[in-house]
Amino acid sequence: MAWLLTIAPVLGLIAMAMSFTHLLPIGVSLALNDGIVQAWVLSMAVNFAAGAILWLTTRRHKRELSLREGILLVVTVWSGGALFASLPLLLTIPDISLTDAYFEAVSGLTATGATVLTGLDSLPASINVWRALLQWLGGMGVIVLVVAILPMLGVGGRQISKSEIPGPMKDDQLTPRVAQTAKGLWLIYAVLTLACALAYHAAGMMPLDALIHSFTTLSLGGFSSHDASLGYFNSAAVDVVAICFMIVAGINFATHFLVWRTKSLRPYAHDTEARYFVLVIVASIAGIAMLLYGSGVYPDLLTAIRYSAFNIISVGTTTGYSTADYNLWPVFAPLWILFLGTFLSCSGSTGGGIKMMRAVILYRQVYREIKSLAHPYAVTPVKVAGQVVADPIVFAVLGFFFVWIVLLVSMTLILGWTGLDAMTAFSAVVATLNNIGPGLHQVGPGTNFAILTDFQTWVCAFAMLLGRLELFALLVVFTPAFWRK
Amino acid sequence: MRIVILGAGQVGSSVAENLVSEANDITVVDTDPVRLRKLQDRFDLRTVVGNAGHPATLERAGARDADMILAVTQSDETNLVACKLAATMFNVPTKIARIRAADYLSHPEMFSPDYFSVDTVICPEQMLTDYIAKLIEFPESLQVLEFAGGSVSLVAVRAFHGGPLVGQELQTIRKHLPNLDTRVAAIFRHDSPIIPDATTVIEAGDEVFFIAATENIRGIMHELRRMDKPVKRVMIGGGGNIGRRLASAIEDRYDVKIIEYSRPGAEILAAELKTTLVLVGDVTDEDLLQAEHIGDMDVYCALTNDDETNIMSSLLAKRMGVRRVVALINRSSYVNLVQAGQIDIAISPAQATIGTLLAHVRHGDCVAVHSLRRGAAEALELVAHGDAKSSKVVGRRIEEIDLPKGASIGAIVRTHQLDSDGDKKTVERQVLIAHHDTIIEPDDHVIVFAINKRIVPKVEKLFQVSVGFL
Repeated sequence: MAWLLTIAPVLGLIAMAMSFTHLLPIGVSLALNDGIVQAWVLSMAVNFAAGAILWLTTRRHKRELSLREGILLVVTVWSGGALFASLPLLLTIPDISLTDAYFEAVSGLTATGATVLTGLDSLPASINVWRALLQWLGGMGVIVLVVAILPMLGVGGRQISKSEIPGPMKDDQLTPRVAQTAKGLWLIYAVLTLACALAYHAAGMMPLDALIHSFTTLSLGGFSSHDASLGYFNSAAVDVVAICFMIVAGINFATHFLVWRTKSLRPYAHDTEARYFVLVIVASIAGIAMLLYGSGVYPDLLTAIRYSAFNIISVGTTTGYSTADYNLWPVFAPLWILFLGTFLSCSGSTGGGIKMMRAVILYRQVYREIKSLAHPYAVTPVKVAGQVVADPIVFAVLGFFFVWIVLLVSMTLILGWTGLDAMTAFSAVVATLNNIGPGLHQVGPGTNFAILTDFQTWVCAFAMLLGRLELFALLVVFTPAFWRK
Repeated sequence: MRIVILGAGQVGSSVAENLVSEANDITVVDTDPVRLRKLQDRFDLRTVVGNAGHPATLERAGARDADMILAVTQSDETNLVACKLAATMFNVPTKIARIRAADYLSHPEMFSPDYFSVDTVICPEQMLTDYIAKLIEFPESLQVLEFAGGSVSLVAVRAFHGGPLVGQELQTIRKHLPNLDTRVAAIFRHDSPIIPDATTVIEAGDEVFFIAATENIRGIMHELRRMDKPVKRVMIGGGGNIGRRLASAIEDRYDVKIIEYSRPGAEILAAELKTTLVLVGDVTDEDLLQAEHIGDMDVYCALTNDDETNIMSSLLAKRMGVRRVVALINRSSYVNLVQAGQIDIAISPAQATIGTLLAHVRHGDCVAVHSLRRGAAEALELVAHGDAKSSKVVGRRIEEIDLPKGASIGAIVRTHQLDSDGDKKTVERQVLIAHHDTIIEPDDHVIVFAINKRIVPKVEKLFQVSVGFL
């Protein structure tokens, strides 16, 4: 097991870096004088000390990481990072269990947005800042994970987002080096977050709320500092800002990067995924708004459009804000909204689910099977944006989808076995496995995950990690072959 | 004319064959001595073995004294280099290059004298593709040829029993078509030409060549035959250069299927084509054709590079019920064998593409030349220069012009320069169908139909201005 030591110094460095992120809640705590500065300082010290010890004791083992070590590193960063991140919650929130604190931290780092906490409005401000910051950092990690790291590992047909597909701009690699690409993407992420915060403030939010919500909007996380989520503001202007930035964050950041680099909007037009993304959103809004208006949920069409647009985009992009309890809408609407969350976001965005690219490939593959029945002699490659998708990638996507379905069903069954009703169990798994946030029924937007037992909470936390690490990266760690020499 | 032809492939050989017979001094350059020997055995020409892109080879081929260089090797790059060398080292006045890569063709500025010095770029595959695409667009026609930038078309159709004009005198066309002006340029009956006059009667089975403004073609065709229903489904046999180009040119308009023999080739095709259904298999495989419902196809095009395969596959397709078959046939003996039999149209690639080249070799100001009926007849677009004194045609009525027997004037395209606003000149083309009293004006483009190739030099001479004009 000596090879495990090679990732330890990297983990140590990451833990030390993470300790510095405590400076933001410490600053907020001092400025607003919410009385929990000591807890923050303690947590920061523990983080730093643990990281430093790990780094100092193992740094002589540092060398280039292999594929296997890379996977293990990613898994450890997300699952172990959540452990450290839950420390401040344990220290400051009275009567919170380790289970709940860990769930909340995982929900933060995976940018899911499911919460077990109630009375968010009365929590110390620095705690809410910390929850939002976790999502923002999680989103940052995801961008690098999906744009730079997973393509190298080739997880679940992920290589598709690298160089196989960008269509007419095939040779336009982002940058030759991963580190450089990451820096460029983070810059865009940070600039968009700043723009989002300013827009929220302009739309009427207090500065602290604007900061918190801009963090959770760009990361498509969905934590809010209010129990009523964005519905608390009850402002059309806030809704519009949120809608715009959720759509931006739901598109591949590599495309944003190209737009920024080429100083033209053409990359958006060439991004097949983005086209389907917008198309599905528009069609869904039209359909659901008509349904809500027709069934009398909202008295006028404009209100129906406003609420359906916000909640469709929020759940579809796997953010998880809500401005209405869509649980109470006609049953088609909440189910469709939840279904959108499983595939709508583009690959390379901060969203969860199986991603639009995989959905497109799956759809094309099904079409190909049907076509080859009618034309046994035909050669029908799967094409996306005019480019042929190689068969190994199609198989990887099929495999990914199969595992996704298996996990969805088996975890729903496990939750059902522990006593949850079918709709709650199913929607809780969908909402966590796809990093959406709120589910339906007992875990719907009007309530939260606090009703779950400890065991059920752990299942959901595991589902969130699975979803964020694209299933395979986490599952492979549980196979004997991974640990064999 | 002294002409150097680079490349003795299909294009080079057929060009050489055509030009030799027109009293030109031809030198053919190729890297393959066997090919050159074959050529030399058959024709009276000189051959040089060597790389056409090397100055020494060009020197040996006599580029220094050449009037024209024709770079038609397989490689675009060799052709480009040869043209540049011919321009800078040997001062060859006319340089024609065959370029196939679409990427080169989309940057016409690279052919200017400052860069590769190519005067005329030809792409035989593209010409052939356009030619076949026209036949699919007008499924009733045997041949569709365009003149004067596409404003005039010459169309060959076979008259069938039951067509409104069959069994009638030509002068009745006016009554049938009061608004559409057309002229029958020639009729071929049992393979022998008839120069039509007003009283000629069209019989079933005649091959009728008529000339008209392009926009009127459909209406006129309507009168000559019962109209077939428009083409919807096309099957292409052979996914080579021409099959691929044709499929991508027509896949937006028709429902296209293409059969390719090799799987790797088919995969490349499938990647490149958007809506075309790509099939792997043998074009003579009955099961494959049956499975793809060949009987429901409107047109089947056999475009492999093997004559025998094309013929067999076309015959099979015809027997299985396809409405119309088009086959690509290189050997002229085969063309005569199959045309007008089971196979509706046999296309000889060389004949379909030679026209552009011939136009440059001809005397006088010849804009376009099209071979008809496998090279037996010819249609030319000539520019009438000079004035009533220096020219034998300008300022005269058509009936006064001393055309050689077998030649007839089909149409005249007159260019009007409209009032120029600033620098931009608006040009309007007027198509005049020739009648006995039409008067030819200076700079008119005159479309002449010659039923026999031998009289072409006389026609050209007629259009040359006398020395006094210079």
